[in-house]
Amino acid sequence: MAAPMNRRTFLRQSGMAGTALAIGFYFTSCEGEAPEPEGVIELYKLNVDDIAKGTALNPFVMIEPTGEITLMSHRPDMGQGTFQAIPLLIAEELDVKLDQVTIKQAPGNAKYGRQGVGGSASVRTMWEPMRKMGAAARAMLVQAAAQQWQVEAAQCRTENGEVIHPVSKERLSYGSLVEAASTLEVPESPNMKSHDDFRLIGQSVPRPSIVKKVQGQANFGIDMKKEGMVYALIERSPNFEGDAIRIDDSAAMAIPGVLQVVECKRPLFKKDIPGVAVIAENYWAALQGRKALKIEWEAPERLLDTDSLLAEMHDKTNEEGLLDQEEGNFKKAYEKASEQLTASYETPFLAHAAMEPQNALVEVTETTCEVWAPTQFPQWAQNELASILELEKENINIHVSFLGGGFGRRALPDFIVEAALLSKSLKKPVKVVWTREDDTQQSPMRPGSVNQLQGGLDEEGRLVALQHKVVTPDIGHSLFGSYDENKVPGGVMEPVGESFYGLSNYASRYVFVDADPIPLVWWRSVYSSTNIFGHESFIDELAIAANKDPMQFRLELLESQPRKRAVLELLREKSNWDQPLPEGKARGVAICHCFDSTAGHVVEVSRDSSGKVKIDRVVTAIDCGTAINPDNVLAQCEGNIVMGLTAAIKSPITFKDSVVQQSNFHDYHVLRIHEMPKVDIHIVPSTEPPTGVGEPALPPMAPALCNAIFALSGKRIRRLPFDLGEV
Amino acid sequence: MSQHTLSINGKRYTVDVDSSMPILWVVRDFVGLNGTKFGCGMAQCGACTVHLDGEPVRSCSTPVSAALGKKITTIEGLSEDGDHPVQKAWVEEQVPQCGYCQSGQIMSAAALLKDHPQPTDANIDTYMQGNICRCGTYDRIRKAIHRAASMNDDFTLSKK
Repeated sequence: MAAPMNRRTFLRQSGMAGTALAIGFYFTSCEGEAPEPEGVIELYKLNVDDIAKGTALNPFVMIEPTGEITLMSHRPDMGQGTFQAIPLLIAEELDVKLDQVTIKQAPGNAKYGRQGVGGSASVRTMWEPMRKMGAAARAMLVQAAAQQWQVEAAQCRTENGEVIHPVSKERLSYGSLVEAASTLEVPESPNMKSHDDFRLIGQSVPRPSIVKKVQGQANFGIDMKKEGMVYALIERSPNFEGDAIRIDDSAAMAIPGVLQVVECKRPLFKKDIPGVAVIAENYWAALQGRKALKIEWEAPERLLDTDSLLAEMHDKTNEEGLLDQEEGNFKKAYEKASEQLTASYETPFLAHAAMEPQNALVEVTETTCEVWAPTQFPQWAQNELASILELEKENINIHVSFLGGGFGRRALPDFIVEAALLSKSLKKPVKVVWTREDDTQQSPMRPGSVNQLQGGLDEEGRLVALQHKVVTPDIGHSLFGSYDENKVPGGVMEPVGESFYGLSNYASRYVFVDADPIPLVWWRSVYSSTNIFGHESFIDELAIAANKDPMQFRLELLESQPRKRAVLELLREKSNWDQPLPEGKARGVAICHCFDSTAGHVVEVSRDSSGKVKIDRVVTAIDCGTAINPDNVLAQCEGNIVMGLTAAIKSPITFKDSVVQQSNFHDYHVLRIHEMPKVDIHIVPSTEPPTGVGEPALPPMAPALCNAIFALSGKRIRRLPFDLGEV
Repeated sequence: MSQHTLSINGKRYTVDVDSSMPILWVVRDFVGLNGTKFGCGMAQCGACTVHLDGEPVRSCSTPVSAALGKKITTIEGLSEDGDHPVQKAWVEEQVPQCGYCQSGQIMSAAALLKDHPQPTDANIDTYMQGNICRCGTYDRIRKAIHRAASMNDDFTLSKK
């Protein structure tokens, strides 16, 4: 397919008249990818001529006199559903059905505010501004109709793109009101619907991208093409640092279709990873050419092995570490406790292994840069390109396609920047495609960790002291190089910095580990994915030591926290927790509070005839506030069960001499359909504002499974991943 | 390089490519049908599944020479209007998340239903375990296959 048409062409071709009602918004204290501020949401009207000329941004809401309604999704969709969820929030308050609107994916532009997708943040941070925009547009249309009918606006109602005056039974379509409405002021605080009046929010509205996706018609980054483009496949330094000492490209150049072999680099913030690119007319020629390259890579002085790095992390649990937070006095309470427990838990380095390998199509000219790429953070890519290519940000256009998975990996712009540098030197559009092997071996990965837990019980078996010490590399240090040894890095203690059980005499500590040159990045649910394994396994160990039922033990801890407790109560009910299972079957429970949501699982396990542990069922409960699309909440929980399970029982990433030892799905195994357990997922009914959905159900998966295996076998698993056949 | 005449989705195409080039790259880069996806390049993930004379094959590891004289069907040619029972069931169950693997999943499922019009869970496990979904849509894939089976269509006739 051809690259998507630009905004100006779109507007010209769509025959947009000189009038439209067009509204955008901004946070008064925010620009770009900065964290979502507490700032005031300001709405503003856009001048249609400026939109048509390309001097103004595409608005979030645009209603044309023809009745055509365009809503913007400014957040990239990697499968989490923002392509529907963001415009649906507008549509709800605008009072239009989703099939009455055209949804457009926004390009990268700081004027949209933060666009990066991560931290299960899109819906919970856009809940207010998106609805406010829809409500403002609706109020202006109602006002225009009321003026025409010479009635009070308060007497009018709206439905499916029409303003209705119930007394006279008159109706006017939004399109017919655009001209009058666009002359009105944008209301600062439009009335918004109460929960009971929602027509879309809370309904499982079919997702608009799905029909295209089942017909092979959805455009991913890898599908983008541009006249005159060449393909680049890059052999990168296998140890992330060493230069190519010797390159023999004679065999590569002999492959038909291979055009050139050039040295290149992949800027990853604090360092440039050296590479050798094979430029060819098509992917296959580039691949054959790359296989024919003979390169000798320099070995840097410091080379890392997973075994020694994880052993170092275990050793470092003996260090006191930096105090993150403390409630009460852990040490004093621990020393006084009648029973003291200590345990350490290990989690592996992991690849994201999104199904779409990294890729980017970039065309750099003297003054401009056009990018078509599956990126989670379009503005980050824009900023990096501006600084590295020394171009004005306004002249860098980031067109965002659908993403074939992301899971955190696609936050980084490295694969875009390397394509841009090649395009600049070759003076033509370049499409870089990573092989699966590149994706597994060169992508920044989830850091491994060792977590040490110490807890004390009193004579009645009550938990009176708990300390959680996290030993893991810092992603910020890995990417940007800075590390302040007196400060706990941001995010690294999530979600155990403070106790989500609200424990008194709770302390959290951090010990730094240097994993250079292994590149690291956020992986779905980030540090929660590693920290909760130890935390919730240890809570189970404490319950057993206290001779209490693990569900009851947790319920007692959450006595003063009704929302979290309700998640556990729902799990208890839906899993029939209080009904004993037959001989040879067992259950385990774990919960987590992260990204403002609470989620938990009860896992049921048994042994099959060969003695292998089988996962019979996963029962899940989540409180994510208002569920915008309940079916999508279920889908995200299903995905988290699969990804959490994969992280627990499938392949780790290991490295030797800084070289990743896994390469493709034959040696980096992920869960497949025959291993999929039955799932039974429940959403806590709620009218609270929405909270995170994309990640919260991942962290409790591994500990719930391991707690079930303990209940089945008496064997406590403290190291991931493990083999279900060897328990 | 040599001329290859191929039948893809009922149309004839002539392409000048190396005969070792996998069907995947011919279809994507030379014919311009992008629905078939590259995932692993070694028949491990199933994202590139197409039908060769009705049989599912991993197009990333099947050279174009193997397709001479045979009919290639890609996701774009599975049905006229995206209304193959498997596609309809996929929409009804809202299967895709990112959607990248789903062309391959659907092509495998369509082939499964031709061999087993009323598949058991064990049939599904056997047929579908070569197709990875990293978003974790397996539970819905299973439901959608059963749903497609219940639509009671003749899968042999509904395919080109």
